[in-house]
Parts: sequence; C-alpha cells; structure tokens
Amino acid sequence: MAIEIETPSVSLSKVALSETHGEDSPYFAGWKAYDENPYDELNNPSGVIQMGLAENQVSFDLLEQYLEQHSELAANSGRSSTSSFRENALFQDYHGLQSFRKAMASFMEQIRGGRAKFDPDRIVITAGATAANELLTFILADPGDALLIPTPYYPGFDRDLRWRTGVNIIPVHCQSSNNFEITPEALEAAYNEAESKNIKVKGLLITNPSNPLGATIKRSNLKKILEFVTRKNIHLISDEIYSGSSFSCDEFVSISQILAEQNYKDSERVHVVYSLSKDLGLPGFRVGTIYSYNDDVVRTARRMSSFTLISSQTQQLLASMLSDKRFTENYIRVNRERLKKRYEMIIDGLRNAGIACLNGNAGLFCWVNLSSLLLEPTMECELELWKLILYEVRLNISPGSSCHCLEPGWFRVCFANMSENTLEIALRRIHDFMDRMRKVKISLQ
Amino acid sequence: MKNPKKNISSTTGGGAAAGMRVIVPLQGVVQGRGGLFFGSVIPCALFYFLQLYLRRRSDPAPPPDTEPENSSGTLQRVQSRSSLPSPRGSSGPAQVSSRANSVVKQGADGPYYLGLKRVEEDPYHQLDNPGGVIQLGLAENRLVLDLVEEWLSDSAKELSISGITTYHPFDGLIELKIAAAGFMSQVIEGPHLFNPEQIVLTAGATPAIEMLIFSLADPGNAFLVPAPYSPDLDGDVKWRTGVEIIPVPCRSADNFSLSITSLDRAFNQAKKRGVKIRGIILSNPSNPVGILYNRETLYDLMDFATEKNIHIISNELFIGSTNGSDKFVSMAEIIETEDFDRIRVHIVYGLSNDLSLPGLRIALIYTFNEHVLSASKKLARFSSVSVPTQHLLISMLSDTKFVRQTIEVSRERLQRMRNEFVNGLKELGIECVNSCGGFICWADMSSLIKSYSEKGELDLWDKLLNNAKINALPGSPCHCVEPGWFGLCFTTLSEGDIPLVIQRVRGVSETCRSPS
Repeated sequence: MAIEIETPSVSLSKVALSETHGEDSPYFAGWKAYDENPYDELNNPSGVIQMGLAENQVSFDLLEQYLEQHSELAANSGRSSTSSFRENALFQDYHGLQSFRKAMASFMEQIRGGRAKFDPDRIVITAGATAANELLTFILADPGDALLIPTPYYPGFDRDLRWRTGVNIIPVHCQSSNNFEITPEALEAAYNEAESKNIKVKGLLITNPSNPLGATIKRSNLKKILEFVTRKNIHLISDEIYSGSSFSCDEFVSISQILAEQNYKDSERVHVVYSLSKDLGLPGFRVGTIYSYNDDVVRTARRMSSFTLISSQTQQLLASMLSDKRFTENYIRVNRERLKKRYEMIIDGLRNAGIACLNGNAGLFCWVNLSSLLLEPTMECELELWKLILYEVRLNISPGSSCHCLEPGWFRVCFANMSENTLEIALRRIHDFMDRMRKVKISLQ
Repeated sequence: MKNPKKNISSTTGGGAAAGMRVIVPLQGVVQGRGGLFFGSVIPCALFYFLQLYLRRRSDPAPPPDTEPENSSGTLQRVQSRSSLPSPRGSSGPAQVSSRANSVVKQGADGPYYLGLKRVEEDPYHQLDNPGGVIQLGLAENRLVLDLVEEWLSDSAKELSISGITTYHPFDGLIELKIAAAGFMSQVIEGPHLFNPEQIVLTAGATPAIEMLIFSLADPGNAFLVPAPYSPDLDGDVKWRTGVEIIPVPCRSADNFSLSITSLDRAFNQAKKRGVKIRGIILSNPSNPVGILYNRETLYDLMDFATEKNIHIISNELFIGSTNGSDKFVSMAEIIETEDFDRIRVHIVYGLSNDLSLPGLRIALIYTFNEHVLSASKKLARFSSVSVPTQHLLISMLSDTKFVRQTIEVSRERLQRMRNEFVNGLKELGIECVNSCGGFICWADMSSLIKSYSEKGELDLWDKLLNNAKINALPGSPCHCVEPGWFGLCFTTLSEGDIPLVIQRVRGVSETCRSPS
C-alpha cells in the first residue's frame, strides 16, 4: 500500500531532516547496486561482488562448532538453573552482567597477549561500537565542539559522531608519502585549523588497527599521539574494533599497553572502544563496549548506556563463550592465520594484475592504489572509476573520497566477507579489467 | 584534591543551574508564580539543603565519587593527581562536556537513584535475606515468570546459527515486526490490526522515546507532559537532546486525570516565555498513577494537538496490565477510527514487560509519519536488538496460544495482587487511586507526613527506606505537585510478601501518627 510522502505539515526537527545520516553518499550507493544484483555462485555468477562490506566470515565454522557443542546455552532453555534464568530474565541493570564484563575484559586481554589488563568495572556495555562511539562523543564534546580524526577514516563516523551530537569532525590529513602515518605536524595543523575557526577541539579519535588502511599504528606514533593529546589537554578515543584481526599478536600495539608501561600516568583522557562484530564475526549480536580510564566518563557512560543496552540473554550467552579460554585462544589464533592468508591471496592477485597496495598487517580489507587508472588526479575521476568498476567489473569497492582521503585514486577492498572461491573470481575480474585498461591505453598512444 | 566537578561548574555555569533545575519539580513555573527563575531557585535551594540533610542522615553509603573497587582497579586509579600541573594551568585533566556534567550531577543524590542503590546493596530475599530492602520503586513485572520459564523449557528452541554472523536491518527483522504486530492486536483485544511496516524495533523503550524526541524537536524546544510522570522520562527526553519537559500537573481531586484546560494553560505560558512546544507525551496506562485515558479524552487531545499543530507521543508500555472495568483504548485505534491526521501521532510499545522479561529490552516505535519512520529507521543503528534475542521473541510471540494464556493469567494475578495490596493499605488508613492498569499503586500517604511539603514527603521516604526497609517511589521525582503521594509497585512481590510489606508500612505509619 503506497503511502504518499507530503511535505510535513507538522514540523520535524533539524536532526530528522538533515542529510548527516549520509545515506546518499557513494559508500552507500554501492550497497544499493549490490542489493539489486547480488553475486551468487550458482544463481547469479555475473552479479555484483560485494567488496565494500567489512564483515568477517572466515572463521564462522569455529563459532558454529562451539554453539553446536554448547547447545544448552544456545537453546536458552529452562534447563539452566532456575535462579540463573530468573536473574537473566529480570536483569536490566545498566551495569551489565558482571560475568559478561569479566569475560569481555579477559577476551580483550587475550587479544593483547596479556600485555594490558582490563578492569571489568570500567567496562560499559553498548549495542555495538557505533553506539559506543556516539555515546563517547556526547560525553566528551558539546554541540559545536570538534573531534580530530586522521584521514582516511571510516565513512560511518560522519554520521555516528555528528548526526545527533551536533559535534564537528576536523580531519587530520595523512599522506601516502609516509604510508598515511599520523604525524605530529598533521595533528598540529588540524588543531590550528580548528582554533582559527574558533572551534573547540575536545578530542582525537584514532582507529587502531586502521579502517580503511588495514594497518596497525606504530608504537612510536602512538607515543607521539599520546604526547600530543596530553599537551593539548584533550581526550583520546582509540577505536580498537579490529584488534583481534591483526595478522599477528605482536604487530598490534594497543594504547592500553602504552599506558600500562607508563604506569597509567595521564590515562584519564584515554577511552578504548571495542566490539565483537568484526573479530568474532557477530555483527548481528550488537555488542560493543567503552573502556575508560576516567571515572566520570565511566559513570556517565554507564547511565547513558540505558539508551543502548544489550539484552541479558545475549550477555549471558557471550559470557559463557568468552570465558571459555580454550575456545577463545584457539579462535583468536586461527582467525588471525586465516585473515593473513586471505590478505596474502588478495595482495598476490592484485600484484599480478599490476596493482599496488599499502602494506597491511590487520583488518578485513586492503588499501589499494588505483591512481594510475585515473585520467586526472581528481575526486571526480575517482568517482568515475568507482562507477566503472561497480557497473562494468561488477565489484563494489569503496572510493577513498568517501573516507576523506586527500589523494584521489585509493580504494578500500574487503576480502573477508566471502568464500575463497568468490575472492578468486573477483581477482580474475580485476585481472581482466586491468588487461582491458592496458590495451585501451596502448591503443590510445 | 582533584575535584573535576568543581572545575567544570566554573566554566559551565549554565550547565550547573540546568542540572539543578532538572531535579527540582517545576512547581513555581507551572503555577505561574515568580517566573522561571524564582520558580526554580526556591525549591532548588530547599532541595539542595534537603539532600545535604538526607545525605548526613542516611547510612554511610559510599559517596558518588567512589565506586567499590576491585584490587585490580587500584592500579588504574589516576596517578596524575600527583603529577605536575599541566602547562595550561590548573584546569585539571581533559574535562567532560557540560551535557555529561549535568548527568553526573543530576540524580546521583535524588531519592529515585539513591533508593535503587540501596536495594542493590541490600536486596530483600524471602529465604536468603528476609531483612533486606523490598523494592517497590521500580515498575517491573515478575508475575508470569514461571509461565515463561515453562514455555522456554518446553519449546527448547535452538539458537539458529544462520543469520547471526551478518548485519541485519537495524530497525529489526520483518518476522519480529509481524509477530509484534500480532501480539499487540491480541493483547489489546480490539479489532485493531497493526501494520508491521510502520514499526521500528529498538533496544528498549528508553531509546525509542529518545529517538522520537530527536526527530520531533530541536534543542530548546519542549514537550508538555501530564504529571506525575515516571522519573525515567526526564533522562530519556532531556539528557542528550537539549529538549525540555514542561509538566502539566494533574490533581488528586480529578483522580489525576488530565484536563485540557491545564494543558492549554501550560501551552500558553510556554509560548509567552518564548518556548516552542513540539508535542505532548503521555503514558497510557499512565505511569506511575495507572489510570487509563478514556476515548473522549483522547479525542480531546487530538483536537488540541491539531489546533496547536503539535505531535503526540503515546507511551503504551503496559498494555498487558490492564484489567477491571475500564477498557484500554490505544492511540492507534483513535487515529484509525476518526478523521484525524495520523502523521502527528507516534506510539511506543513495550514488548518485554508484559511477559516478565524486562531483561530482553525490546520495544518499538509505531508511526504513520513517513519522515519520522525514515529517521527512526536510520537512528535505530544506535540501539538495535541482538538477532538471537529477536529470534527468541519471534518464537514466543508467534505462539498465540501461549500469549493468550499468559496475558490472561498475568491480568488475573495482577488484579488479585493489586486488590490485596490496596486493601492492606486501606487498613492502615492509606488510600490508593483506583487504577485499572500498570504495576503501581499510587498511594496517598500524606496523613503520615509531618509537614505538608516536599521536605515532609522526603522525610517519610527516608523513614520507609531506612526504618521499614522499603524502597517506595516518592511523588517529587515524579513531579507530583501534591506532597505525600507514593508509588508502590507490587508486581515484583510474591503473594506471600504482601503481608510483610503491609506490616513494615504499619510500623512506620504508627510512628508517624503517634504524638511525638
């Protein structure tokens, strides 16, 4: 039944009418194209292959196995003791189940190889990292204030951090010349830009490992970042949602490790965001956490988490799963190995097609340089190329401009949300496409 | 000594005042005396001194600043206290926003939160802790937990692994929307059918309400809310949105029913002050009083909203709790049956309370306003329900036989409990509002308070909490203008507990009535 949309006669808010949700950007347009013509091995082999969605499906079998072996958990039946059922059913405390927070803390410690400790009482639960990031923004900044974010960054931040909060994002521009590393000069420049516009900077948000770069932040850079935020007396949010997806435990250094090493001096300005959506491949569970070293932030976040809680059923299920050390240790190790293998597969394939990528060591995607294919080094040409790849090659990849990358021609290509077969087919398509482009170039010369 | 709150209040003076205003009932404002400033300063000061008085009197509960620490937590306690002052001066480490600051200040000392805390620390348990604090201040329904438990063990539903590893529409699975629509029709027992396409599922009523506020109002705007209302609403509506609530007091003489005249008066007063009213928020059954809005009043409300061109948010969170002579009429029915503009009405339904499963935290927004629907669908990403939880609820709600039986039993038990409770209180000379819905008895305990004022009321609340070990919900955080009214939720009790509760209340009432 069609419902006509008229101009609202009862007025709505600016939030409702604003475009900040960003769903008209190319990042999301690609998803629409995929939805209309999705690749399927049997039924639609020429459909669009989704390489724009950072989902982790490589270790799905491990989860399946665990849930099958522990079906009594999954069934959520009254076979579990009566009192625990009652607790579970009635539990609506915004502190979150103690057992769940303990399990999360221990899981986060395991990911960091035990090099940092997490106190369960500092964990605030939220329905996903999206909510965690928004909640922190509400707490740390007032409308009109700003957060600094190094580019390129996850396109969703434009919406998650700005839409309802009224907070601005000031990009910290990073360059390919030094592998997009965050430099003190870039940080200063961004901070000064804010000052010149009379905008108050309240914090810096880094994603480590980085989305879309697929690389961890070096220890030395983390230290410089910490020095910068201390000097400016601002907050530091470290979104470590891909921490369990670094290809080896040693490659990833968390800000929590740096703090532990300096005896938690100046830690009150640091807040870590984590979620199970990427590492565990459970985006449907909507599980996120804020870990803050600041008592006021913990307290406030906890109260405000009433806007975004996780059902007690889900908390209990995960509490059991994540405190099963045998399962988690195995999962973390195997997941890392498989992601590394995927990464190597795609890098090789791209190299054979004559495409260069940034050296990556984490995440579910690689940062690919297609600037040589641009007619001119402009954003418009990058979007033209993106459209070409979407409709001709039928691959949905994410253009760097949607990630606010200053240099045109970079694209984020996801590799973990498909089977190996599908990845091979995607690589073959890219190979053929590059061949065609080379022939076109030659014929033009 | 580090005290970030002190530092912050000096830089955000407005924030501090706003924070105080939030706790204080806006009696002066509503009654039109002295304007906004005086209306808030006097009760403000009173409340401030009262809190100081209460804090000194109550048990040495740990002050809000310190949380109980694990030994592992001490290492992470701030060492920077002793570190050198930052080069920028003694402003202390990075501060939180003034938004956050007002949340930290607000409510930490109020009876609502203090009461909840006390129950947490010393919860009553029939066997394990018979001397503990009995929770009567939280509207939670445990009456049909046994039936649900039985269903779960009989049905032994397996968690389907498929589908949980991918992203899903943030506004909920269509199967759950369909099941929810069916559930609501069943519970309301009307001919009314709900359209699943107008539904957005959320992780509880709190985010649903907030999402609507964000969609309908800009910072500085306000909503009219019949008072007394649930203290939760203050946080849900105001904390992050910058939107205000203007309470519209309802009086015991009218049995706490809403008068359109009061609504109109409040609207005009706001207009005079330059505050833009965006809508009315009502709860039906009303929370905490528990009365139902009759059809005529709802029509009058629609007329009012149409005339002023504002929205109506109807929180229908306890539809399974209605019983007795009055029939429940949902706003959804009103907009179907009459020639009203549907786009100004937005309803919030709770799915977990009626089934004694508040821990599941599922609610939904129901609206025909396409813009609000579209905005809510996008906003749902911030408060989405876990897929396994959705699957569980789909199974449960689709079992129409189970739903019918459970709601029937729930209503029966509710009525029985309510009658027993009300009669027990009557014997103590305490009358309750004749309510047909909700989980709370709204009781007139004004005869027990020494001074007919907010102070007197809070004094009694304190006695009930510390002497009788009962956490009751006092009227002041509910913005009730008549002192002495208390909300007593009886659905967390078992039948056997009621005599104990009455006995404890008797103890306090005797002390209060005896000449001192």
